[in-house]
Amino acid sequence: MSTLKFIVKRLLQSILILFFVMLIIYVLMRCLPSSFIETLAQQKANQPNSKSYEEWMEQLSKSYGYSPENTFGNVFGGFFTWIGNALRGNFGDSWYYTKPVTQVFSETIGISFIMGAISLVLEVIISIPLGIIAARKQYSVTDYTISVIAIACMSLPTFFLIALLKLVFSINLGWFDLIGQVGRNYDQLSSFGKFLDRAHHLVLPIVTLVLISIGSWMRYVRTNMLEVLNADYIRTARAKGLSEHKVIYKHAFRNTLIPLVTFIGGSLPGLFSGALFTETMFSIKGIGYASYYSMVAGDIPFTMFYLAFLAILTLLGNLIADILYAVVDPRVRIS
Amino acid sequence: MADKDKITNNAEEEQQYSLNDDRRVKVLSPGAMVAKRFFRNRMAMVGLIVLIIMFLFSFVGGLVTPYGENQLFYRIDLMQKEYAAAIENTEYRFIKTEGDEFSSIVQAKTQLAINQEAETFEYGGVGYQLNKEGEELYTVALKDGTVIGAAYKMIFSTVDSSVKLDFDTQLAGLRAYANGENGFSASGADYTIDEDGSVNTKDGEPFGYISKYVVQAFMGDVFLTRDFKEAVVEQIDAGADSFVYTGEDGEEHEYGLSFDPDTNKWTIKQETETRVYDKYSPPSKKHWLGTDKNGMDMLTRLMYGGRVSLLIGFIVEFIATFIGIILGGISGYFGGWIDNIIMRIVDIFYCIPSLPIVIILGAAMDHDKVDPKIRMIYLMLILGILGWPGIARMVRGQILSLREQEFMTATEACGLSVSKRIFKHLIPNVIPQLIVSVTMGLGGTILTESSLSFLGLGVRFPFASWGNIINDVNDTYVLQNFWFIWIPAGVLLLLTVLAFNIVGDGLRDAFDPKMKR
Repeated sequence: MSTLKFIVKRLLQSILILFFVMLIIYVLMRCLPSSFIETLAQQKANQPNSKSYEEWMEQLSKSYGYSPENTFGNVFGGFFTWIGNALRGNFGDSWYYTKPVTQVFSETIGISFIMGAISLVLEVIISIPLGIIAARKQYSVTDYTISVIAIACMSLPTFFLIALLKLVFSINLGWFDLIGQVGRNYDQLSSFGKFLDRAHHLVLPIVTLVLISIGSWMRYVRTNMLEVLNADYIRTARAKGLSEHKVIYKHAFRNTLIPLVTFIGGSLPGLFSGALFTETMFSIKGIGYASYYSMVAGDIPFTMFYLAFLAILTLLGNLIADILYAVVDPRVRIS
Repeated sequence: MADKDKITNNAEEEQQYSLNDDRRVKVLSPGAMVAKRFFRNRMAMVGLIVLIIMFLFSFVGGLVTPYGENQLFYRIDLMQKEYAAAIENTEYRFIKTEGDEFSSIVQAKTQLAINQEAETFEYGGVGYQLNKEGEELYTVALKDGTVIGAAYKMIFSTVDSSVKLDFDTQLAGLRAYANGENGFSASGADYTIDEDGSVNTKDGEPFGYISKYVVQAFMGDVFLTRDFKEAVVEQIDAGADSFVYTGEDGEEHEYGLSFDPDTNKWTIKQETETRVYDKYSPPSKKHWLGTDKNGMDMLTRLMYGGRVSLLIGFIVEFIATFIGIILGGISGYFGGWIDNIIMRIVDIFYCIPSLPIVIILGAAMDHDKVDPKIRMIYLMLILGILGWPGIARMVRGQILSLREQEFMTATEACGLSVSKRIFKHLIPNVIPQLIVSVTMGLGGTILTESSLSFLGLGVRFPFASWGNIINDVNDTYVLQNFWFIWIPAGVLLLLTVLAFNIVGDGLRDAFDPKMKR
């Protein structure tokens, strides 16, 4: 019962936080000068034989349902209208894409999720053995190598990594296309060929995603494994004369799973958030790509939707991590 | 930390106590212990050395390098510039004697008569007579035989362009050339003429020439010599594409000839040396890492870029730490509803997606065309304000546990003021963790700043930053061909962030050996 109470309490708290986050973001978006409508009005007014900027402004404001003056009532009224519509699932039309926001979202989220999911699986598969090896041979050359690689991956600027990967694999070796989701002859391929072509174009982006986040995974596994290996019950297990293999995989590893599962659970919502740099630099039309261009253009409906979505994902991640922590480890009492 | 001074070896003191038993075992202060542990950590030392090199490179390098941050370099390039044009004259031109009888309408009638091969024509009740003087050369006379003008296609130009030819000389010259004579005399002077159309005075001085080509300079201030014009005509007749001509000043230039059938015109292009920005020049002795797309020295740009990146990192971390310590300190010390409110604010800030927000703000500044310098200040403020919650949370957690310890009860018993208790007794105890998190945070901040600059939303052009230097890689041609544009900046960035992370790790281990990784 207490678990349920805890969850409800956390949910209510999250909703309150979400409300304020959205309020801040909305006010920020409204008060910024990069208004989509102003830019559009300027463009239209600059065309020959056109109406004046003011007239365009008036007309466009009306058709976009947005008043340009940032009075207190306008901004806050706008925010409550937005929230009211959002609660009913109506996020409006994206100005930049000229499509309903939810449609843009459903068109782009799939590829982002696939990339995120595959790279998460790869990260877990690669980092767990490496982390365990590093912890078992603490202070050895292997340990130092793995640790340095982990920190190096954490310190890699994404854009630099992508440029390097492109130089080596696309230009020098010619294995992959520089950008894009499908090859040139995609339309002539059989359905299986199309699948392979799409997969082929996702290789470099996924390698990028794995490399930039694998560092923190390896460190996390290693730290937790070290903690467990220093515990008394491991000494007992060794004293009992158990084989090293059994000590590590039966006693130590199972206990490191507790924080690990929590960590994985907490990062699940992040799979939907998209990868801004990777998607834009490989020009993969996922949610990160879509959001970047709408943000730069000042497309309020889509940006608001995306940021709300991100905020919810963050809150959800924390919540899942907390709950899992209690569920997986019976010693933890939720308070 | 002040205890460190005590261990700096004072030789006399050392001798005085050297036989004493408890002096034989060196007792180290906590600060010295931390330093010792840190300096023993090889990886951290490597990181520290890398950081020192980066600082020297960025802050001292800028002073040592012979070039300025925005100094442009040029190189001399050979370019074909339009120099002159030659037109073959296919229309009749007209000259008239003194008097106005040969008006433009009469000229048009003359043209008509020539086309119809008529010998007389009439206009306005006046009769005119057309006399053929030679190939494509006619004179027009009134009925009484007074010559009023002439129509011709060959053009008689003088060497000295200030000399104006009078009608008689021109007509006589053209007539002589058309009829293949080798001399003529007009207006009291004798001239010789050769088959090329060169006209000399009887002393042998060049006077003018007759040709059906008009050669004009492309630029108004260029004077084309007669010799050059003749050379051009010669080359056109020979059907050449290009030729070399040595001017009067002894300078040899190469010229290209091209014919445009639409305008019936030859264009003469002169190959000239032009100063252009020395862009993307490969590494050389003068520019160790080549030059960038604006023709600036890459190595110098990297130095100034490092300065910007490091400075922004430090200032952002300073702002974040400043706000974080104050809010976290207040929150942890007072607890209760103050704590509750501040922590909820922290929760909200934690939840704001910071990269999108900075991108949106960057785009807004783009739209407003904010001055690059002010933009940099805004950027620091934004990143700092988005960065404080983590530090506030950590400070609060530390203070919550420190608050309950006995030394705090002692400060209360001594009657110290609240601000003194917080900032003199609590905060100093948080400093180790603070140093660690700031060091690690510096790496992160530098990464964020460079990412933004890479997107073109952070530090802007006149200023260099490692991020905006790499920005050029978006051009596939640069990615493919000019490694020296983007790889050095990327490596510097990677090394710096890596070094900050490693040093941060080392510091954490040194401060708290129990927590060792």
